Amino acid sequence: MSESSVEQAHVHAPPEGFIRKHVFSLDHKVIGKQYYALALVSVFTGMLLSWLMRIHMVWPTQQVPGLELLSKAGAPGGIITPEYYLSLLTMHGTLMVFFVLTNAPLAALGNYFLPIQIGAEDMAFPRFNMMSFWTTFLAWIVLMLAFFIPDGPPISGWTSYAPLSAVGKDAGPGMQYGASLWGLSIGIFCIASLLGSLNFIATTLDLRAKGMTLMRMPLCTWAWFITSCIGLLAFAVLLPACILLILDRHAGTSFFIPAGLVISDRLQPHSGGSPLLWQHLFWFFGHPEVYIAILPSMGIVSHILINSMRKPLLSAKVVIYSMMSIGFLSYMVWGHHMFVSGMNPMSALAFSFPTLTITIPATVLTLLWLGSLYGSNLQINSASLFALGFISMFVAGGVSGFFLAQPSIDIYLHATYFVVGHFHMVMGVASLFGVFAGTYFWFPKMTGRMMNETLGKLHFWITFVGAYCIFMPFHYLGLIGNVRRYQSFVDDFMAPYLGWHKFMTIAALITGGAQFIFLFNLIYSRFKGAPAPQNPWKATSLEWSIPSPPPWNNFGDKHPVVYHDPYQYGVKGPDGDFIMQDSPVQPLPASRD
Amino acid sequence: MGKVLAIVLVIIAIASAYPIVAHKFSLPEDISTHGHAIDDQLNDTMIEAGVSFVAAQIVLAFFVWSFTGRKAGSPLKNFPGGAKVPVIAAFVLVGTEVLALGVMGQKAWANVYFTSPKPDAIQIQAQAEQFAYYFRYPGPDGKFGAVHPDKIDEGNQNYFGLDPANEVEARDDIVSGELVIPVNREIQLLMHAKDVGHSFYVRELRIQQDFVPGLDLSIHFTATKIGKYEIVCTQLCGLGHYNMKAYLNVMSREDYDKWLKDQAGQ
Amino acid sequence: MRSQAAALPQTARTSARSTDHYSSSGIWIGVFAITMSFAAFTSALFVREGTADWGHLVLPSILYVNTILLLASSGTLELARRSLREEEGTSKASRLVLLTLLLGLAFCTGQYRAWLDLRTQGIYLATNPNGSFFYVLTFLHALHVLAGILVLVYLAGRLAASQKAFRPSLFRSTAIYWHFMAVLWVYLLMLCRMKL
Repeated sequence: MSESSVEQAHVHAPPEGFIRKHVFSLDHKVIGKQYYALALVSVFTGMLLSWLMRIHMVWPTQQVPGLELLSKAGAPGGIITPEYYLSLLTMHGTLMVFFVLTNAPLAALGNYFLPIQIGAEDMAFPRFNMMSFWTTFLAWIVLMLAFFIPDGPPISGWTSYAPLSAVGKDAGPGMQYGASLWGLSIGIFCIASLLGSLNFIATTLDLRAKGMTLMRMPLCTWAWFITSCIGLLAFAVLLPACILLILDRHAGTSFFIPAGLVISDRLQPHSGGSPLLWQHLFWFFGHPEVYIAILPSMGIVSHILINSMRKPLLSAKVVIYSMMSIGFLSYMVWGHHMFVSGMNPMSALAFSFPTLTITIPATVLTLLWLGSLYGSNLQINSASLFALGFISMFVAGGVSGFFLAQPSIDIYLHATYFVVGHFHMVMGVASLFGVFAGTYFWFPKMTGRMMNETLGKLHFWITFVGAYCIFMPFHYLGLIGNVRRYQSFVDDFMAPYLGWHKFMTIAALITGGAQFIFLFNLIYSRFKGAPAPQNPWKATSLEWSIPSPPPWNNFGDKHPVVYHDPYQYGVKGPDGDFIMQDSPVQPLPASRD
Repeated sequence: MGKVLAIVLVIIAIASAYPIVAHKFSLPEDISTHGHAIDDQLNDTMIEAGVSFVAAQIVLAFFVWSFTGRKAGSPLKNFPGGAKVPVIAAFVLVGTEVLALGVMGQKAWANVYFTSPKPDAIQIQAQAEQFAYYFRYPGPDGKFGAVHPDKIDEGNQNYFGLDPANEVEARDDIVSGELVIPVNREIQLLMHAKDVGHSFYVRELRIQQDFVPGLDLSIHFTATKIGKYEIVCTQLCGLGHYNMKAYLNVMSREDYDKWLKDQAGQ
Repeated sequence: MRSQAAALPQTARTSARSTDHYSSSGIWIGVFAITMSFAAFTSALFVREGTADWGHLVLPSILYVNTILLLASSGTLELARRSLREEEGTSKASRLVLLTLLLGLAFCTGQYRAWLDLRTQGIYLATNPNGSFFYVLTFLHALHVLAGILVLVYLAGRLAASQKAFRPSLFRSTAIYWHFMAVLWVYLLMLCRMKL
């Protein structure tokens, strides 16, 4: 009996009914949009949290109307208490890193476009895909619940270091149940992420259309693929860490808690555990996680830049190998978060060298992007502005990593605002710029309508300049020794610099406000935007060969055949200076200078 | 609009570099013996990083200016040398710079972590707890009494859980909320965490080290200038983290000896 | 620049799997992820091993019986796979799959007996770190085995229904997963013996 005779001809039936079409959908496009919506809600929530943090820091007696309804203990009369500041900080970090930066670039945009770009009808395991999203949603609910319990969200930061996070209620407000909700939420998130990674990898390996060799995949597909490989290993380690943390908290085990701790005048009934074990497990996940956050944006930006330049990059292969190197090296560097943690100082040097070495592929990419701009025919629109902005931001955020990679300098800069500036620049700005670029670029495909260009450009300018205004001063403040995770600065040392904090806060309020322009543009254009042609950007990859929005099975009953790499630009094609991947038309041997 | 972007990029590059170049944000003065190596390292890195940053923004600006708004039909060109140039440039320039910095930086790290304290270093125990530091001196007998977590009694100021009634060594131990040290003498700080993770950070000393519950860690340093300097906690330890500080009080030798005598007398 | 119209794809790489929408690598990726998780637990064990309160655990002897049951269940699943290849009907395969899952259930019950045995020795989850790791590792493994049993129930049902009703790809994936459960268990058993 042959295998293929009973395999399904279609991955799943055409969806019928509202629930199947829009709620429990097996369609990767709907799931991608659901992830995007969750990331959108999370990013605005996270942004509001950061506003509350900054307002509290520079105007500590400022009443926030209505906040006392959310937390009577945390914000009596609407005025944020020191401990609630830490709760807001913890939730801000957790939401942004997990539910925004892991979801939007990878799970949202990747889910929507990876299958289409390789010529597949859907992901390899549509049911797992649906489960991934709803499990992520469950994780989000569990996390957000922490806001509504009496004791409030945990105060241990998104890094949740033991023993502070492991001993339970003696450690402070939010540490009895809030921290447990955190551990549970992140554990559930890990499972969802693992399922998602599995789908992405299996789909890329097994479901490419005829003629779509690995080297002919678009760069964003490569980025999603490599990122999923990283995620598979990383989340597989965070999940055990969360399990052990929950056991320490509720089952009396001592994985992370040593003997003899006296907290709130109580001798804790644990012994033998190691706080450093939590840090090693967490950062073994945590460092690859930040590359999970940035790699998809690198791929998306490459993809969009090529289209905007009407010319391929100097070498797509070099981009692919660079991204792979970054992914590989990302697993060797986690100890650079732990230079002064008390771990063996010899290992600090062992971690420092691969960390410095990652500069090489990162620089290759940057120089490749810059070098490719030379001699191009660069088109400016919202998408390409954000792609160019990404390059600027990536350099700005990346060079501060230079300092932190060296343990001797890290002695001084660890846990200062320098670190906070560094990671916000690369993750909070550069990575998000990739998502913005992708949104402006692919919105026409996803909805059949164009976004408003004027609003898009306005959004870009305020965000670009604003982000520099917010995060550059973070680095300067770090240089003078401004310590992080402080709810306010009560000492004379910091007094001369409070003006800078005010400046950063006002910049944050303005820049954050500009994001509502983007939100408005998204919603308005979805219903009232100008109708989009099938290929408004004259692009070459497979998503532009199907209608906008695509039908439920992407390519209808056809199976696409691929004849080219995805970057045939600057050639004479049937519709202009490009040839689409599925077009049998061959360019003549290039005669380009 | 491409030209506008180019101009904005240049402005941003200059505006970002200006505060550094104009020394508007200098590190606090270095009062340690090992710190100059760190400061040199930081300055070297700042030059590399600063030049890279400004150069990249300007190159981006230049290319955006030159290659946007071109006339239709303008020929496309490839960067001379193609992809080889970025790859080789990255490996050679960055590789050597970065590894050089890494190799050079080893010494500064080694000075702090791979050297042992001198035999005559003054031993002081530091205990970090939510949300204060306490420092213990061995007293005239030169020996530290044992600590007993079950005997800790904050109300009676027995922060370390000493048992002077039953242990001779504990009777003359001096406990202080300030880290008082003599200038130009090496200090070995024995670090103990009472409850959760904390950190010891003195900017002017160019020292930062976490307190890890369950681990006996120690650091050593020599202060070279008399004065009072903040010790702040940099490891998130709970709701009072922002307020957890003490002072490093560097005194002359005579003042230090006098202080010790006064403390011992109490 | 002119262009020429050529109709041939540059490579003839055919992805029959793509038209059938069948992914052969999926299960291996899943196996890899589970391996990495248990690797993380293993490294946690090694780190924790260095402390003063690390004792020694006498492993309940029923664990060895359980091991034989699980290995036997891998054998029966292999027999089921062979019978599918050689024969026309699926009823023998269905019975063998049922036997497999019953052996799996027996394994899980046996693991539960092992925990009860430890309890009579006074070793609970939080009593000492050795016990903690034993419970955590065996519990999580049993959880994964139960997941496999659920799939085997489904598979047995489909096989019993009709020849046309089951997907060979699902059978293949389940078999890989199930054998992996046995391999993982042998590893965990050796780890517990040598370290706990």
